[in-house]
Amino acid sequence: MTNWKTRRVVAKFLRYMAVGIAAVLSLFPIFVMVTTSFKTRVEAFSIPPVWFFVPTLENYIEVLFTKNFLRYFINSVIVGFSTTVLSVMIGALSAYALARFKFIGKRVVVASTLLLRMVPPVILVIPMFILWNKVGLGSSRAGLIIAYIGLTLPFNVWLLRAFIDEIPVEIEESAMIDGCSEIQVFPAIVLPLIKPALAVASVFTFRTAWNEFIISLVLSNRYTRTLPVAISLYLTEVGIEWGQITAIAVIIAIPAFFFTFVAAKDLIRGLTAGAVKG
Amino acid sequence: MTLRRCLQRLTPYLFLTPAMVVTGLILVYPVTYGIGLSFFSWPLREFSKPPKFVGWGNYLELAGNEYFYTSVKVTLIFIGGIMVCELLVGLILALLLEDKMRGLRVFRTIFILPIMIAPVVVGVVWRFLYDPTYGMINYLLGLVGIEPKMWLSDPSLALVSIILTDIWQWTPFVFLILLAGLQGIPQELIEAGKVDGANYFQNLIHIKLPQIRSIMGVTAILRLTDAFRGLEVMYVMTFGGPGMSTQILSLHMYKTAFIGQRLGLASAVGVVLLFFMLLSLLPLLLRRASPR
Repeated sequence: MTNWKTRRVVAKFLRYMAVGIAAVLSLFPIFVMVTTSFKTRVEAFSIPPVWFFVPTLENYIEVLFTKNFLRYFINSVIVGFSTTVLSVMIGALSAYALARFKFIGKRVVVASTLLLRMVPPVILVIPMFILWNKVGLGSSRAGLIIAYIGLTLPFNVWLLRAFIDEIPVEIEESAMIDGCSEIQVFPAIVLPLIKPALAVASVFTFRTAWNEFIISLVLSNRYTRTLPVAISLYLTEVGIEWGQITAIAVIIAIPAFFFTFVAAKDLIRGLTAGAVKG
Repeated sequence: MTLRRCLQRLTPYLFLTPAMVVTGLILVYPVTYGIGLSFFSWPLREFSKPPKFVGWGNYLELAGNEYFYTSVKVTLIFIGGIMVCELLVGLILALLLEDKMRGLRVFRTIFILPIMIAPVVVGVVWRFLYDPTYGMINYLLGLVGIEPKMWLSDPSLALVSIILTDIWQWTPFVFLILLAGLQGIPQELIEAGKVDGANYFQNLIHIKLPQIRSIMGVTAILRLTDAFRGLEVMYVMTFGGPGMSTQILSLHMYKTAFIGQRLGLASAVGVVLLFFMLLSLLPLLLRRASPR
């Protein structure tokens, strides 16, 4: 009897321990990043590491104002928001068509949505570099936004289509009987119904546009580059300023923190839906 | 035919056109262009002149290029390492957490954080952690008496270090998906097993694992294709070095184009990369094609 009970208690304890260790491991690098960004130069470079210190904003101020990162921050914001709005809108239109209408070549389009999701940005880098420069979009934010829309569209179409499929057609049909035209049905009835899906699509799109590195590296110049590119250039200098570079890292990570704490449950649902549904 | 009828017929195409145009111009055309470019020779210094057609020349050159083979080898080791570790650890964690636990929500929120953070940031932070002098890893190892190591500058350690970083970022992803899969197993099956007298491990091997087999497969393929595309972490942490010990194929392609300055050859590397990716997608596509 006792043997059985103690075994269960020990098992439970070990489980919590294992998960606890995993959680600590997950958070530790992030903890180091955040704390280092608030340290003075002396504190950041000291070994053994300083655990208790007075936080200072000097790294953030130095980086944003003296080193011009405010410009890169604004570029990231502009590119991020523009890509998200446009990509989700176009994706929603397409998703609706794929979910509701029958037409020739529908199977092919649906299959290609899945395939195009898998295109790695690396493959696009060389052609985009050549083609974008040829049409004069080579170092512009607009060119980058266009590239990102292409990159994020297949995922949005796929995600939104799955959601629209779940909505019963009867709602739209009754609206059309009441006089709503086929084209009006979409913004008036369908869009409000898929708000959660639009939110998830927006989060993932913004995350891609905000975090993306290699295409931005190749398609931007020192006026239009985004934060991820800027931080990488900071690294290649001799003698890395860890206090400042972790400050930039934290700035880049802020949307990630925000989305995680606000929308964790829905993000997980979005991530797992693809794999579990198959 | 009335105008209304005409519009009705056209509506689906109206809705689809923006997406088709965008996808065509931004994805399909560049990829096709890239594939085509692999049959040409186009050094960056002659960018203003048209590229020269060389047929299979680039591919033949790759076939005899030892750097290329090293890169392929590094890529395969990298992928093997991350897939085995991530799937194993993810599975173990999922099995540990599948029963109701207090604070599950908190843990799930914590585990989703590494996935959401930009790979560039992950690279920067881990580069700091791995720093031989100022990094936390050598410091913590020192506390238990292990000598400091040159994690990113030692050719025999660099790839392992990068694999560890990837495991840190993506095991939570595997864990979350497998957890969802395990929680989706119908209770009746597990109960039936218990009634038949199965203990935990028998339950595990004969009931649970077969049920989540397809999810594990999908997760494996997702990680596989992601691994082929990723180059940000390597770019930021080691830039392919020391030597070629961390130069995975995607980074090799980038360096051939913009450092080696040979766009045609780099495109050929890109095509090889694309080929490997499609190969890894094959099981998924085949399963979808066959009626279940």
